[in-house]
Amino acid sequence: MPDTIAPRSADAATPPTPRMSGVGRVLVAVYGILALAATGRTAVQIIERYDEAPVAFTLSGLSALVYIVATISLVAPGRVWYRVAWIAISFELIGVLVIGTITLVAPDLLGAGTGNPFGRTSTVWTLFGAGYLFIPLVLPILGLWWLAKHRPAPETTGASATSTAVTPGASGAAA
Amino acid sequence: MIAWFAGVQIAVAVVGALLAIILGLLGRKPSDLTMGPLILVELLLIVQVVISIVAPLVGNEPSGSLLEYWVYLISAALLPIAGGFWALIERSRWSTVVIGVVCLAVAIMVYRMTQIWFVQGL
Repeated sequence: MPDTIAPRSADAATPPTPRMSGVGRVLVAVYGILALAATGRTAVQIIERYDEAPVAFTLSGLSALVYIVATISLVAPGRVWYRVAWIAISFELIGVLVIGTITLVAPDLLGAGTGNPFGRTSTVWTLFGAGYLFIPLVLPILGLWWLAKHRPAPETTGASATSTAVTPGASGAAA
Repeated sequence: MIAWFAGVQIAVAVVGALLAIILGLLGRKPSDLTMGPLILVELLLIVQVVISIVAPLVGNEPSGSLLEYWVYLISAALLPIAGGFWALIERSRWSTVVIGVVCLAVAIMVYRMTQIWFVQGL
């Protein structure tokens, strides 16, 4: 791992946001569209018919939020956002696999009709995202691959680490 | 909603999507050839907005949720604007692909809208 960071950081030092270059922009665009679609649909489901499938709609809302976070974290520079992107996109992958399996095996477990990807109560992750052309299944895999290939340049080494290490004495005075 | 008009919208959006994705992958920057269909898609969406306001008033009611329909329609109408500005600001081959992705998303959303209007509540 450290071997791959060194040469990459050398050429990644010139563009300010290396994760947003090239085909990564397309990835961000698709994430943005999915975030918009998921948010809109979930908002309608929660406003109009929350009682029909509260579990499924809560999950939909959660997934919509995570798509928004993932979109932002792919665009935003820096190590912290890089880590946020990893967490958000991993969460998506787990979500689509778990909910996909549940809706496949037990279609009505999360509420009546939640197994139908085009139904009134379906979520983004129903049947592995079948209602969204399986994009919710493919996207996190592409996202994780993209993140693995585009590590952030190691910024001013351990500036945050030393500041937290020094603070124990100073924090009392500051607080 | 008028079925044939939605059909035309989907067809135009799919053609625009394929054109832009192929040209983008071939390395072309956004041009009139790819921006044109995107603008056409947006104009058709604006016409669809007008149709959707008028239709229920003249007895053409949606079978499903009107709120859900409008969320889709407004989201879809925003996409070409976002994609278009992206293409104007960032003049690279990937912006052309983004135009294609936007057109494809609009096609899918209009298809979903036809389901909400004609099928959902039945």
